[in-house]
Amino acid sequence: MKGQLAFITRLICGVNARWLDGAPREGRCIYFSNHTSHLDSAVLWSTLPAYVRANTRPVAAQEYWNKNWFRRWLARVFNAILVNRVRVTKEHNPIRILRKVLDEGSSLIVFPEGTRSTDGQIRKFKSGLYHLARDMPELDLIPVYTENLTRILPKGEFLPVPVMSSITFGKAIQYHKDERRDDFLARARQAILDMQPS
Amino acid sequence: MNLLLAKTKATLGQRTTQGVKDIGAHLRMKWDDAGVQWMFGGALALLILATIIAAILHRRRRTPQPGKSLSNYIMRVRSWWWMALLVGIATFTNTTISCIVFGVTSFLALREYITITPSHRGDHRTLFWSFFALIPLQYVLIANDLYATFSIMIPVYAFVFISIRSALGGLPEHYLSRVALIQWGLMVFVYFMSHTPAILDLQIKGFEGRNGNLLLFLVLVVELSGVLQFIWDKGIGALKMCPHIDANRTWEGAGMGLATAFLLGSGLFWATPFPWYVAGLMAVAITAAGYSGSIVMTAVLRDRGVHDPDIHLPTRAGIIDRVDALCFAVPVFYHLTRLYFDIAPAAQ
Repeated sequence: MKGQLAFITRLICGVNARWLDGAPREGRCIYFSNHTSHLDSAVLWSTLPAYVRANTRPVAAQEYWNKNWFRRWLARVFNAILVNRVRVTKEHNPIRILRKVLDEGSSLIVFPEGTRSTDGQIRKFKSGLYHLARDMPELDLIPVYTENLTRILPKGEFLPVPVMSSITFGKAIQYHKDERRDDFLARARQAILDMQPS
Repeated sequence: MNLLLAKTKATLGQRTTQGVKDIGAHLRMKWDDAGVQWMFGGALALLILATIIAAILHRRRRTPQPGKSLSNYIMRVRSWWWMALLVGIATFTNTTISCIVFGVTSFLALREYITITPSHRGDHRTLFWSFFALIPLQYVLIANDLYATFSIMIPVYAFVFISIRSALGGLPEHYLSRVALIQWGLMVFVYFMSHTPAILDLQIKGFEGRNGNLLLFLVLVVELSGVLQFIWDKGIGALKMCPHIDANRTWEGAGMGLATAFLLGSGLFWATPFPWYVAGLMAVAITAAGYSGSIVMTAVLRDRGVHDPDIHLPTRAGIIDRVDALCFAVPVFYHLTRLYFDIAPAAQ
């Protein structure tokens, strides 16, 4: 099922994947990507080799992916971690949930912009990535840039237009000791911007 | 519409079972034609020769990466193999299978075209229906040999549909150029290209069952005259046709290309239903249309800033600049052939 879904995703999105840092890595890491379409996590996930994919979980918004059976089914196939964007409390702290998943040895796919961008700009990053990186400074953070996916499935559309797209996996970055939050987030955002074609 | 689909399904099933039963006999029958043997066999021989030359040049290169003209040549040889595969399938199978194969090619070409053009948010659903409804519909019409319908479906019905669907998208910015762009892509990559399998259904008295020859004749003339024009351009070309679009094309090259196309076409007349001079003139017409197609597509790619194949562009497959000449030549050849044999729609 997962293999077929990955294949169909790659077929519809005509996706061309590039790894700037050589081959995909097997170990635990966090992929952070720009966010323009619901296809982002599906495409990122489907371009990973099957053995890496099996251990990589996208982080998604609970209030959206819990809405109907189809979305719940998709979230289950992708093995997504649903977190609550709206009500964050001490008991329900998304960062703690994600840390637990990382501790179990899984990799994560996160979208630090927090929501899909509709104007082609990459928004300011939310602080979640910073908290994860600071807690686990040895972790590799891999910037990912996706292109054209918003043309395949724009916000508010259900049926895809099968134009071709591309996905670029950049060189991993790490948290520097004592780096300030805003500096780190700006550096991470810049790593994605650097992969944009001029 | 349901009736039409059911009919297609029925004929498809019928033809497939029939094909499976005696596929060997079928292939032998198709091969048992001097035109097919010489043209397809000759094309394969030329391709193998071209591949050997490419391999030798690649081995003898001085730099680790092949140079620009060598990699261009290798790319061209590769695309000729694809073309041979497509035409081979069309020649040796039947219209239905050809329609599926060319339908997929149309899909991939239109996809590449839409990818490099600035499609707009307001056209999302128009494009969805273009890909998943209009392309299959056009090839279903062709497979069922519904000449009167397939020859106007995209120029008339799709035109109306696209215009209104994009208008209902509700975003007026650049409306006219957006719908014109979609219609243009559908005309070239779906409507024009779909005439290729339609050639197999042309009914010519005394030439029944040999329509594969027409297709081989067409593709051989288009591809070889492309090479010949390139050689003439390099050899004697001086007066540039359109230096800002394609600096390599010259009037001398085009003129001599057309002349050699006449010789080529009349030399192959025995494989066609035409007398020698008509075969020559047909070759001139399709060569002229093919040249036009290549120049037009260069203009399109240049307009979109993606002409140079060296530019790394992940969203580029290189299909549209391989089928450009064929796309423009096919409908011209199809209709001139109809005209020559005076095939009226009612005659079918």
